[in-house]
Amino acid sequence: MGHSAPKIATIDGIAEEIGGLLGAMLVETVDHADELSFTVVRESLADAMLLLRDRAQYQQLMEIAGVDYPDRPERFEVCYHLLSVTRNHRVRVKVQTDEDRPVPTVTHIWPVAGWLEREVFDMYGVIFEGNADLRRILTDYGFKGHPQRKDFPLTGYVELRYSEEDKRVVYEPVRLAQDFRSFDFMSPWEGAQYVLPGDEKAPAAPGAPTPAAAPPPPPAAPKGEEKGSTPKVTEKPGVSGAGEPTDSKATEKSDNAPAKPEAHTDEGKGTAKPEDKA
Amino acid sequence: MSDYLEKLDHEINADDPTYGDTEIQNYTINFGPQHPAAHGVLRLVMELDGEIVERCDPHVGLLHRGTEKLIEYKTYLQALPYFDRLDYCSPLGMEHSYVLAVEKLLNLEVPLRAQYLRVFFAELTRICNHMLNLGSHVMDVGAMTPNLWLFEIREDCLNFFERASGARMHSAYFRPGGVHQDVPLKLLTDIADWLDTRLPRLFEDAISLVADNRIFKQRNVDIAVVSKEDALKWGFSGPMIRGSGIPWDIRKAQPYDVYDRMDFDVPVGTNFDCYDRFMVRVEEVRQSARIMKQCLNEMPEGPIASFDRKVVPPKRGEMKRSMEALIHHFKLYTEGFHVPAGEVYVATESPKGEFGVYLVADGSNKPYRCKIRPTAFSHLQAMDFMMKGHMLADTTAVLGAMDIVFGECDR
Repeated sequence: MGHSAPKIATIDGIAEEIGGLLGAMLVETVDHADELSFTVVRESLADAMLLLRDRAQYQQLMEIAGVDYPDRPERFEVCYHLLSVTRNHRVRVKVQTDEDRPVPTVTHIWPVAGWLEREVFDMYGVIFEGNADLRRILTDYGFKGHPQRKDFPLTGYVELRYSEEDKRVVYEPVRLAQDFRSFDFMSPWEGAQYVLPGDEKAPAAPGAPTPAAAPPPPPAAPKGEEKGSTPKVTEKPGVSGAGEPTDSKATEKSDNAPAKPEAHTDEGKGTAKPEDKA
Repeated sequence: MSDYLEKLDHEINADDPTYGDTEIQNYTINFGPQHPAAHGVLRLVMELDGEIVERCDPHVGLLHRGTEKLIEYKTYLQALPYFDRLDYCSPLGMEHSYVLAVEKLLNLEVPLRAQYLRVFFAELTRICNHMLNLGSHVMDVGAMTPNLWLFEIREDCLNFFERASGARMHSAYFRPGGVHQDVPLKLLTDIADWLDTRLPRLFEDAISLVADNRIFKQRNVDIAVVSKEDALKWGFSGPMIRGSGIPWDIRKAQPYDVYDRMDFDVPVGTNFDCYDRFMVRVEEVRQSARIMKQCLNEMPEGPIASFDRKVVPPKRGEMKRSMEALIHHFKLYTEGFHVPAGEVYVATESPKGEFGVYLVADGSNKPYRCKIRPTAFSHLQAMDFMMKGHMLADTTAVLGAMDIVFGECDR
């Protein structure tokens, strides 16, 4: 049965139909998870959109999403999500660009693109050629930078507060009371990009120590390791690191002093420590 | 005063009554950001010619919290509660899109009972949302009582959410793979009673005060008429596109979960004005109640979340007995689950319209990009052309009929 996400009509040969319609404007077609993405040549985006609206019945532009891939030569991807209410179908049209090269606007095809393009401009700094009203939209008046870029820090650069001396809101560089913490819970066996604690001196590649590269066993190694085949057991209290078994009388209420139970625990810890290290 | 009248006397010309009038220039006013009828923090810069709105420039973003950026730094499970806080009037509608997007990337099957529970509570969310919107729309155009009566129903809904999830508003109840926990039978029977008795009585009472009310009609009929072509061009969805006469409902057209098993009608407007949008929502409440009753009749027994232990954490009881379950629990709440690389756009019919999530996964445990498609963004953008030529007082009616919540619009 699979997932229960919205079931979109499958139209036979829709990829070929749109491919034929777009012709030389088409760069790449991707069919993934029942969704079609068409990457088109940036300069001819507006023409492609007109064709899709007028000839392929994609009447509605629902969304324009920017994505930042800093490793690519043209780092930004602008994704247009189109909906056809007559054919009950959705497609995605993509163009790639960078900070300098403008993307042609589609505001003359769908007026709704005005704000959607403003948002992509605000968040990524992508320039839309022909959009008459390319102002910032979501960020503060006078904001600097493009916050959705991958190189923009999550905390931002400035913070604001109301200053009692100046009697107005002032902007200041961000001061964190606690350093920004980035937890990495990735499994060390599945591609974590750091050296495991204890592996610092291992010469082999981090995360995948080979048996040969493993540090030599410490002198006080458990005896079970020499035999190899016999599994390591922790039946004896000396091996397991456990203290002496609780005295059955310990639960009984004695009238003199809390000194004795303390001695018990200390003893247990004392014997456990060297064994633990081994 | 006398010299003014004397001066005026010289300037009055019986043939040309406007002769001598002072030249009036258009002036610009600020509506908001703090205004009770703005339903949040909206700043409208309006250019007025007398009382006629010539131009209207909404300034949004005053509630921008960087949700999309924050989600990129969270695991897939940690990102879920952010969706409650987008449209805080219909939290489960937002969660629905997100969990379906994650499930689509994972290609994860959801047990039938979980699908029924999701549809059931999504419809309860729709009723809850419409109670707030219908009530505040009525209040914006001058009536007080229906709002108070509708809030009574909303209060009931919130109590039901609390009994299902533990939280009145920010439920975080839907999870990738199902729902968080099963509901007690008593809750379902209580909601069934409520659907049969309290909801229709209170709701029809409140609506009977406004639906045929002369003042309410004078304020809404023929206000902000949007043709079918305009509705398509401006990216309308939900009650807004249905109010413009296009029978488009994602629950019908692209059914998700068990909506394909439900029998319900899609109301559409005939005049394409604010009154139609209001009445479409009124009818949607009745249809939602119908869907909920069908869910109650058909809901099977069974698991409420997928058994895929690489995605859905085990229940606590199981964890106490099984080492395997303990490991899964630990890994899922620290590292989280990994989603295979790919990108999906999943849109559901939230109470306000098409709420979409464009999720780009790179194979790790965090979303690479999570673009949220809010409903209010495109609707509010159309404010300029909808307001053109209307009176200043119509602003509140138009805004009320749009059903805008700024948590969602500004993200």
